[in-house]
Amino acid sequence: MKIMIVGECRNGQILDATYENVAFAEKLGGDSFMFMVGTQAALPKYEGKLYLADAGECGEFNPEAHKQLILKTVSIEQPDLVVFSHSSYGWDLAPRVALALKAAQLSEVVDIKEGAYVVPACNAKLRRRLRPKSAITVVTLQAGAFSPASEPTGQPAIEPVSCDPSGAIEFCGYEAAEAAGVDLAKADVIVSAGRGIGKAENMEMIGGLARALGGEFAASRPVVDAGWTEHNRQVGSTGQSVSPKLYLACGISGSVQHMAGMKKSEFVVAINTDRDAPIGEIADVLIVADLKEFIPILTEKLRAL
Amino acid sequence: MKALVCIKQVPDMESKFKINASGTWYDENNLAWRMNEYDEYAVEQAVQLREQFGDVDVTVLCIGPDRVKETMKKALAMGADRGLHVRDDLGGEKGPLEIASIIAEFAKDKGFDLIFTGMQSQDRGSAQVGVLVAEMLGLPSVTTVVDFSCDGTTVSAKRELEGGVRAVVRVATPALVTCQLGMNTPRYPTLPNIMKAKKKELLSVEVQELLTAESLLTTEQFYFPEKNVGALVLEGATAELAETLIGILKEKTTVI
Ligand SMILES: Cc1cc2nc3c(=O)[nH]c(=O)nc-3n(C[C@H](O)[C@H](O)[C@H](O)COP(=O)(O)OP(=O)(O)OC[C@H]3O[C@@H](n4cnc5c(N)ncnc54)[C@H](O)[C@@H]3O)c2cc1C
Repeated sequence: MKIMIVGECRNGQILDATYENVAFAEKLGGDSFMFMVGTQAALPKYEGKLYLADAGECGEFNPEAHKQLILKTVSIEQPDLVVFSHSSYGWDLAPRVALALKAAQLSEVVDIKEGAYVVPACNAKLRRRLRPKSAITVVTLQAGAFSPASEPTGQPAIEPVSCDPSGAIEFCGYEAAEAAGVDLAKADVIVSAGRGIGKAENMEMIGGLARALGGEFAASRPVVDAGWTEHNRQVGSTGQSVSPKLYLACGISGSVQHMAGMKKSEFVVAINTDRDAPIGEIADVLIVADLKEFIPILTEKLRAL
Repeated sequence: MKALVCIKQVPDMESKFKINASGTWYDENNLAWRMNEYDEYAVEQAVQLREQFGDVDVTVLCIGPDRVKETMKKALAMGADRGLHVRDDLGGEKGPLEIASIIAEFAKDKGFDLIFTGMQSQDRGSAQVGVLVAEMLGLPSVTTVVDFSCDGTTVSAKRELEGGVRAVVRVATPALVTCQLGMNTPRYPTLPNIMKAKKKELLSVEVQELLTAESLLTTEQFYFPEKNVGALVLEGATAELAETLIGILKEKTTVI
């Protein structure tokens, strides 16, 4: 099997997703080579051939140009498998490439079993095992599912690629994430509210529990999107990453994107009415209860200590 | 201006799922259904466009069995003008390539200026359909959009990247946008609008008339993952649960 690894570079920096893609290729075995739109100044640590297109020339975000560059590289190398990360870069680009190659695309692969690919379904409650029928296959890998076993090393052998950089989409630049007003990374205890709190007024209850534990409160994305609290308290792949001594997930189902931001917590307690909620997979304790009843009693008992 | 919004009906994710008889998907019986969360933002954005320009005709498209019309009625009550239901009892088992082919076949000669889809569905989560539709139609597409504006001919959008960073992009219409959570605040249909929606056009066509692609994948198994039984599961009377938890926290952590 010949594997094409698509690396990622943002603002001139190699993203970790690149090395996860390499780890996946190593796990599968076979020959691999890498493709990346990046710069000579920041090369990935990779022992092998790197088809490098210059980001200065064709833009870091230019899906049409990147598609053309990938198709060109595919026609030279004829890989059996093209590997992207399931990231804002990968899920944007992979379907464009897959359609052009008449390739089956498997999104958010988490495992390989019996030579077939495993992907999640229904908010990670279920899994599907899929086998492609096409000559060439495109996959995107879930962030964190395939981690490098050791620190990446190596010096790539560069093959320059270029293409017509024009495209319908004009990239005007990056906008930094809202600055964090609270430094959640420093908190020993984080009490985090999910959609299960039901309404904005219940944020007070979450804040109250956080105070009783001497910690900070945070939230999952729907709570932020609904405007119940500010974005700088969002935990997850598009929010902050935290690693407190205690993380209390209140009414949070445990999506991959949320867990990406809190899985390094030392001790996780989940409060959830659904005993099958995926948060149970990484929690140390799962309290099956209605948080609206449980939290006020817990808070009261903690205050009385 | 003409806008198309592609929506999907999905089960409530808190449902007790069961595997279907063929072991390839979930059993669609006895589930509570709702609009795919991402698509609510898509409908809202199209309706806002009409409020901005007045002369925007919003078509909402949904593929699935007759029950999906309930979800379509919600979109009509939110403000979409007309509905196109593609009747397909097996829609849930179709992959992104087939679904996109159906939408593209419908949209190809309609002259839509803007097409909105969710960035992914909650059940399948492949994040492919929007991009595939655009590619099939030869249109530019911008994915994972959290901020959208349009002056009539040019779309200015912000794509959300990892860590909450945003990429600012511009693209001329016609174009397709995939909508990410938080893009706007989807409205709740009001009672008068629910009544009005009942009179709006909602046509059904059979899927065979539009389907042009075949799946390139076989589903070998659909299953519950092995439980990582790490968590100690506690159930029972609330006051006792609280006592138990405090005991555990005292023993296992240094925070109290
Ligand atoms: C690209 C991308 C990036 C994302 N980034 C993030 C991110 O950074 N952070 C993030 O959090 N999400 C992110 N998301 C969203 C993520 O996919 C989920 O939609 C989200 O995490 C769900 O939040 P939740 O668990 O609070 O809500 P839900 O999934 O709706 O879960 C609510 C939970 O509350 C429980 N519940 C309901 N009522 C009660 C009650 N009375 N008592 C106790 N429990 C109750 C339910 O059983 C359920 O488990 C992202 C999504 C995408 C596509």
